[in-house]
Amino acid sequence: MSATPLLELRGIDKSFGPVQVLRNVALSAYPGEVTALVGDNGAGKSTLVKCISGIHPTDAGEFVFDGQPVTINSPRDAAALGIEVVYQDLALCDNLDIVQNMFLGREKRNGIVLDEPTMEQMAAETLAGLSVRTVKSLRQHVSSLSGGQRQTVAIAKAVLWNSKLVILDEPTAALGVAQTAQVLELVRRLADNGLAVVLISHNMNDVFAVSDRIAALYLGQMVAQVRTTDITHAQVVELITAGRSGGLGLAADTGANGNGAAPSDSTTGGVS
Amino acid sequence: MSTTAVTQEGPAAVAPAPTVGTHVRDYWRRVRGGDIGALPAVAGLLVLCTIFSIMRPSFLTAGNFANLFTQGAAVTLIAMGLVFVLLLGEIDLSAGFASGVCAAVLANVVTVLGYPWYVAVLAAVFTGLVIGTALGFLVAKVGIPSFVVTLAGFLAFQGVVLLLMEEGRNISVRDPVLVAIANRNLPTALGWALAGFAVAGFAAVQLLRYRKRAARGLINDPLAVVLGRIGVLALVLGLAVYVLNLERSRNVLITSLKGVPIVVPIIAVLLVVWTFVLKRTSYGRHIYAVGGNKEAARRAGINVDRIRISVFVICSTMAAIGGIVAASRANSVDPNTGGSNVLLYAVGAAVIGGTSLFGGKGRVLDAVLGGAVVAVIDNGMGLMGYSSGVKYVVTGVVLLLAASVDALSRRRASATGNR
Repeated sequence: MSATPLLELRGIDKSFGPVQVLRNVALSAYPGEVTALVGDNGAGKSTLVKCISGIHPTDAGEFVFDGQPVTINSPRDAAALGIEVVYQDLALCDNLDIVQNMFLGREKRNGIVLDEPTMEQMAAETLAGLSVRTVKSLRQHVSSLSGGQRQTVAIAKAVLWNSKLVILDEPTAALGVAQTAQVLELVRRLADNGLAVVLISHNMNDVFAVSDRIAALYLGQMVAQVRTTDITHAQVVELITAGRSGGLGLAADTGANGNGAAPSDSTTGGVS
Repeated sequence: MSTTAVTQEGPAAVAPAPTVGTHVRDYWRRVRGGDIGALPAVAGLLVLCTIFSIMRPSFLTAGNFANLFTQGAAVTLIAMGLVFVLLLGEIDLSAGFASGVCAAVLANVVTVLGYPWYVAVLAAVFTGLVIGTALGFLVAKVGIPSFVVTLAGFLAFQGVVLLLMEEGRNISVRDPVLVAIANRNLPTALGWALAGFAVAGFAAVQLLRYRKRAARGLINDPLAVVLGRIGVLALVLGLAVYVLNLERSRNVLITSLKGVPIVVPIIAVLLVVWTFVLKRTSYGRHIYAVGGNKEAARRAGINVDRIRISVFVICSTMAAIGGIVAASRANSVDPNTGGSNVLLYAVGAAVIGGTSLFGGKGRVLDAVLGGAVVAVIDNGMGLMGYSSGVKYVVTGVVLLLAASVDALSRRRASATGNR
């Protein structure tokens, strides 16, 4: 399955002044799969996400989306392609209700009047499609929701727009055990619905629980991108902290992307 | 407490339709959770009116009732504009003297230069637009805190009024149309017609929305509540128009004085227009969003700077309209128009009505309810013969009370996870 990646990055470079944050980074995200992006603080995960979502322009490198080379210069370009980012600090407004938040900035209108019934219906359908049943009323303010419910709303907001690629930045960082399980289940469901999902996480348990592939960044370099089933917990930690682990990573020096993608497709078939 | 279903499955939700009982219980739970809205203003209004009517029977006359509207009109109009600024968590301290500047422009154009009234009104409103744009630009683009920008405006505009008045001269406004705004009344029949039109319009909007939502299977307020709202509006409007249409002239032989003051429909129309803008357009939605979480709004693709500038423009423009009404009521403009207590009364009106000083929460109706409270205090204490010293102290205390209610309900709201 999923022989061609939905999004493929090649040779991405990014510097802030004299500091080179990303060096020759390659990353592939496949439809129907969760790609976990791991790395230590400062490894460049957030910068990479901001490059994909058009907040930062890249210095060099190419984007291939759905087989077509594309350029992403602004968040609008990314949104037009179907790339949505769910940020760590939940971009939700406490004083608005769930429907209002999900459509914020992209309200449905009849002339100049807001079309509330249509928005409420679409929000309800989206939440139902994600099998979300924990929300009592779509008209309750976001401030009255639990952390897990808020994260659910933020994710539902991202998939509302027929997006193809959803990037989640530490979606479980601030959540308790039960709520983390809830959100991870939702992440898995997104992929099962055919979306390409990129999950940024520090939590190895989360990564191994839901991801199909793991991409490890080390000091701005992509040291490995492998199938989750082909790697152990300890190896990932080594990749994150030292940039290499046995045959994987910097020492192998065979190009980061080549390592995992080709053999893994033959060894493991359908994950979901 | 929660009798509504815990789950909701799609648009064809089988959650039990809310009844009047659950509706009332939900409302009570929101109030207890800190979402008290305009409750203090309405309660305060009832208490104050009761006290003043007992202490001074002249408070409860048709003549005084009409006075309340003309006395409170300018402050209410300024407060309506301030609601927009407060919704972003900003403040406009210059709104009072901005209204003074606009009134001075009006008086100069109509009296000194001798242009017709509509040119003067346009000039005053345009002045408000320019002031608002300048303030908004300094706050949003230059990045000066609104408190400082508008405090500077407060001082500077005071000076501008003096300059326009050529060092303290008083310019009278004699144009009959301008004088009529705050001093003349509608014919009684027109008053009834407008009230009927308002109720019919409100009923149509409410029932249409009910039907549309019901047709889509969305959860609706119970029909009894919807009808109740229409009934309350009809009752309040009907009673007000009836009282205002009573003869209130001391001597009918000299002159007849009855009808709804012309300024009332002006306020009503602006109330409807701004409420529509805030609640039913995406622009209004974006104002709430920026007030609630600026960063979230930015990430949602909302042009935050444009929203911030626009609220200052709305505020100063409403201040201009308030200034026109003040000039009309006084038949003149002097260097103190829009000065002294006008600004604090306006801020007080908005906050007493339930608009939060912390941003993100408030309605235009709040300004009208709060404006009524301020007008009643001012009027009632005047009737009881208190000096303006006492009036200032009491109004200040009421403003503080309203702000504490706001702060405390906010704390309670964050404690109960409600808002």
